[in-house]
Amino acid sequence: MSDPIPNRIHARGVPRPGRWVGAVVVVVIAAMAIHGLVTNETFRWDTVWLYLRDIVVIRAIGWTLILTVGSMALAVVMAVVLAIMRRSDNPVLRGVSWFYIWFFRGTPVYVQLVFWGLISVLYPRLSIGIPFGPEFFAFTTKDVITAFWAALLGLAFNEAAYLAEIVRAGLTSVDPGQAEAAKALGMKDATILRRIVLPQAMRVIVPPTGNETISMLKTTSLVTAVPFTLDLFYATNAIGNRLYQTVPLLVIASIWYLVITSILMVGQSYLEKYYGRGFGTESSARRRRGGPGGRPSRQAAIAAAGTTTDDPFIEVTP
Amino acid sequence: MTADTRPTAAAPADLMVELTGIHKEFGHGHGAVHVLRGVDLTVPRGSVTVILGPSGSGKSTLLRCINELEDITAGSVVVDGERMGYRLDDKGVLHRLHPKVIARQRRRIGMVFQRFHLFPHLTAAENVMEAPLRVRGLSKDDARAQAEELLHRVGLSDRAGHYPAQLSGGQQQRVAIARALAMDPELMLFDEPTSALDPELVGEVLAVMKDLAKSGMTMIVVTHEIGFAREVADDVVFMDQGVVVEQGPPSAVLDAPRERRTRDFLAHVL
Repeated sequence: MSDPIPNRIHARGVPRPGRWVGAVVVVVIAAMAIHGLVTNETFRWDTVWLYLRDIVVIRAIGWTLILTVGSMALAVVMAVVLAIMRRSDNPVLRGVSWFYIWFFRGTPVYVQLVFWGLISVLYPRLSIGIPFGPEFFAFTTKDVITAFWAALLGLAFNEAAYLAEIVRAGLTSVDPGQAEAAKALGMKDATILRRIVLPQAMRVIVPPTGNETISMLKTTSLVTAVPFTLDLFYATNAIGNRLYQTVPLLVIASIWYLVITSILMVGQSYLEKYYGRGFGTESSARRRRGGPGGRPSRQAAIAAAGTTTDDPFIEVTP
Repeated sequence: MTADTRPTAAAPADLMVELTGIHKEFGHGHGAVHVLRGVDLTVPRGSVTVILGPSGSGKSTLLRCINELEDITAGSVVVDGERMGYRLDDKGVLHRLHPKVIARQRRRIGMVFQRFHLFPHLTAAENVMEAPLRVRGLSKDDARAQAEELLHRVGLSDRAGHYPAQLSGGQQQRVAIARALAMDPELMLFDEPTSALDPELVGEVLAVMKDLAKSGMTMIVVTHEIGFAREVADDVVFMDQGVVVEQGPPSAVLDAPRERRTRDFLAHVL
């Protein structure tokens, strides 16, 4: 087989001794850390192994996932509404949104969860009716807002404040010319937002929202403040206290949080590719190969059009 | 006698656009910029008006005032007998119109932008279909049939499924023209439609615009293409520093300008 390129360059690489030194240092430190973990009696690896797949722990993972997904879903809906209010011409809506974000970002989520837990003490009866007038419908608070709902609402209300800023940054990133072109076609503001601006803002909104989801997974460990007692952190802690072995159960909780975070990270990296954050060669290659049609190429097309800008300050983590 | 659709006498009933005493100020107080300083302009139905002028002369702003993308500071914009953006009641009090009413007023006016502003998340056909579907309430089949027809008209039948990023600048601008035509407008505004194009792509866009002019569409075109003005325009308007300096048929304004500023400008662009 003849090479079409004559005298192809075959050169030795630049020596990089620093890499080898670094690798040796890292291996030694890692070996020491692992050795320390395994030989340290306090970790009680037999207990870790015994309870790692305990049915109570597995159920607790389920509750933690329900809290994470449920509160994120509610928070996303609230955040979109808040972000739209924040950009509204109506000063009342703008003010309400500002106040909401100020309040829920400005107080610790732990304290908020305590208050959600106390809601049935603070307001034993909730009713629907005319303000200061007759009631149409009333219920006992503790029957409706159980510990689970208090935890879910508490997490969602707090998260919505952070997500609202992310959504707002996403909406702002879309080229104003897009809304202008839609306006010139006679579209109403609501249609422009839903059909033209939001789909393009997703490219900027989705990656940090993935980040927030991972953050939320761990924030669910604070629902003990409500108190909600079925989530992963509370459940493992309870077992630990019962056995007088707190440390191994903390290790179990950490292992499971890491496992779920890793799965979420894989999902996030797919989402980021899908929404074309890294404009790179891949999206243009796919475009050449795949041609039009299909959602991946649609997102690549948005990215390539450059009608949205990247905001380096958008990565907001509580 | 041949049937000429172009009106010769500008009787009031034949006017598509009537601009009276337009002033536009950006900002307030000391930082305010006075961009338009009293513009009067009438555009007869079915005519093509080309607006020329150096950059910063206010020609794009004037165009954007016609379809309420900018609200005017003083004066009145009347399109097809209807005042844009405001309503004068019986007692002589001026009322701002509700945004929904303004949106309805804009439907009769198509606009083509310098930077195209196609919707990047929609294919060429979907770009054309979007407004008929969401604004005019056409059925999906009707909107698709209309989009196919319009894309054929601008010579892009084979690009219907392509996203804007997969099209050349000239193709994107032709899709943008089709998108504007999909609302069945009575008036088309072109804001420097060829300024962002590579020189070899200008011709294809101008050809579509010439076709449109021939079909009797009322057009107002802001451009630097003197050749287009000479060939297609019924009226050429030369603007400088926020006022209309000179106006008339191309033979007068382009070949025998009366004003010194017009002569200087033409000497620079030709």
